[in-house]
Amino acid sequence: MIITLDLAKESQKVKVADISGGWGIRQRLGCLGIHPGDIITVKRSAIMRGPILISVHGNQVALGRGVARRIVVEAE
Amino acid sequence: MKIALMGQPNSGKSTIFNHVAGYKAVTSNFPGKTVEFTLTKFNIFGQVIELVDLPGTYSLTSFDLAELEARKYLLKSNVNVVINVIDASLLSRSLELTLQLLELKLPMVICLNMIDEAERKGIKIDIEKLSKVFGVPVVPAVAIKGKGIKGLFSTAYGVGEKKKIGKTIKFSKDVENVITPLSIQIKKKQVDQEFNLPERFLALKYLENDSYFIENYKKKSNDLFKEIVHFQNILKEAHGRPSDVVISSERHHLSMNIYESVVSLTRPHISLIDYLDNILMHPFLGYISLGLIFYLFFNLIFGVGKMVEEPLLDYFYKLIPLLEKSIDSGTLLFSITSGIIQGLAGGIAIVLPYLFPFLFGLAILEDLGYLPRIAFLLDAFLHKIGLHGKAIIPFILGYGCTVPAIMATRILESERDRFIASVLTTMIPCAARMTIIFALVAFYISPQAALAIYILNIIVIIISGKILSRLLPEVTPGMILEIPAYHIPSIKVAFAKTWLRMKEFIFVAWPLLIVGSTILSLLQYYKTDMLINNLFSPLTSLLGLPLVVGTTLIFGVLRKELSMLMLIQAIGTSNIAAVMSTTQIMTFTIFVIFYVPCVATIAVLWKEIGSKRTLFAVAFTFVLAVILATITRFIY
Repeated sequence: MIITLDLAKESQKVKVADISGGWGIRQRLGCLGIHPGDIITVKRSAIMRGPILISVHGNQVALGRGVARRIVVEAE
Repeated sequence: MKIALMGQPNSGKSTIFNHVAGYKAVTSNFPGKTVEFTLTKFNIFGQVIELVDLPGTYSLTSFDLAELEARKYLLKSNVNVVINVIDASLLSRSLELTLQLLELKLPMVICLNMIDEAERKGIKIDIEKLSKVFGVPVVPAVAIKGKGIKGLFSTAYGVGEKKKIGKTIKFSKDVENVITPLSIQIKKKQVDQEFNLPERFLALKYLENDSYFIENYKKKSNDLFKEIVHFQNILKEAHGRPSDVVISSERHHLSMNIYESVVSLTRPHISLIDYLDNILMHPFLGYISLGLIFYLFFNLIFGVGKMVEEPLLDYFYKLIPLLEKSIDSGTLLFSITSGIIQGLAGGIAIVLPYLFPFLFGLAILEDLGYLPRIAFLLDAFLHKIGLHGKAIIPFILGYGCTVPAIMATRILESERDRFIASVLTTMIPCAARMTIIFALVAFYISPQAALAIYILNIIVIIISGKILSRLLPEVTPGMILEIPAYHIPSIKVAFAKTWLRMKEFIFVAWPLLIVGSTILSLLQYYKTDMLINNLFSPLTSLLGLPLVVGTTLIFGVLRKELSMLMLIQAIGTSNIAAVMSTTQIMTFTIFVIFYVPCVATIAVLWKEIGSKRTLFAVAFTFVLAVILATITRFIY
């Protein structure tokens, strides 16, 4: 199933399919180890539509909702 | 020999730096747009080594200003050796920066920091193999315990002597087939000499569409620009993705391959600290802990400060009557001496007792890794004032000192966000203003009143943020922030950090305090202070403050704490409660907190957001201060 990352549930494992954003966001996510093909685990999400916390390559990253919406992922 | 520490954020560069620098580090400004790089000099093998701690960067393709400045420094200032500091527990990701640094063809050493943490996570690294892959020495270290640091610098020194350069790691063949002809074109047009950079490095930057290099070249020669676009398109067509993605994916895969070839994984040991986030980032408990931590933090500062302030003040104010016995109190000499004593006393007895515990506590929270967690918890709230979670970091630093806090706004991506955050940061009571709140309001009125000031301050900042974001309606880019693993802070490193920040007070502010109070003594001696006070009388009478307060407000622009110390001197007693009512104390404090930022802040604002916006910030805060203080006068 193809969804955007902000819709993934807590403790769900997903695979990055595409990043639908410009140069800046692609590069910044790439630096933190988020590229198409990488596996991401959603760890928790903050209240009031706050950011989500993910784990990627053994590292934790907080992503704002707006950013998460631009990451297209394959969920099982 | 010049050595630069370069690495991704939270890799422990500053910890290594503080170990070497100890208590003798200096912060210095560099020409152009100021960035505070920390510099130190030390001796090894009878040679002077200059060590620079650069801001953390994820990659050499830069997006935020701090990263851009770090890169500029590295490219332009003839560094002899680069020490690439890596968090060994995040090896695969960190190698992406290492690959880029190698392309610079500078003598280099890799420092695998936090090697113990990597082993705890079950990551065992074959150090010799890693060193062979890159052709540069690899030194394991545990910087927080000081392990491996000596070896690191003697290795770096050796590399610098031999000017030993690492290998160039090749990408896959079809990508190399684009890099090579583009490099040749660059060399032909002598662009590499112009930038003084290797042609391969430039070719990659052009393929990555790095705006800094592209912009620089668009202006000059359309020839090369056409070539660049041509080669970018070849990659794009072959891979079905933009060329920058192709290059970054290549690097990502290379790093992963190298990582897999040098690492053997074992079972990780889980420790208690891994569960800490279940409380501190919990949707409910997280906020309770946040409140509790800051409540305890401020109580601790007040507790320590008060314990030290009272006996010290008593001691100093016994000196003045003693002085009167030996020098005639009507003379110029007496005015000057008492001015100097008051300045000294202000520093030792009033400012230091609150400044030290605050800075130390902040260093501990920073080293623990708590600040990014706060950004996560408060992101949704900061969106309400048109910013995002990362803006909380300059705000928290602002409770220490406004100057570095405004520099920290560089971590924000958009210019509008930086402007709003800078203006709001100037309104946060820095440690200097904190001493006023504690030494006047908490001391003479009550600790609850001091807390109320902090709460009022936050409310005013929220309202101002709402106003500013309405004036500049632009959507803030979302937050992308690494949440690093917790690290148990080292007391030694925290002390070194605190000392580095206290130095600014001891060597810059304190002399200013002493000079300031001496000038005030002279003004009083020659009776010129009344002229200034009369000039300010419309303001002081509006706020219902004693006339003598006028002069002190000028001093407050130099350094905020000066206004309080001058107040004590101007009214001629350390017992302020005898001369001013609680309403007057409250009004004075509110006014001083909000009005015009200090000179150092204005200077840094000027550089960061420009003259017009700085003048706006000055006017905005002044009007706000007058309104709030007038309200306080009538309702408190």
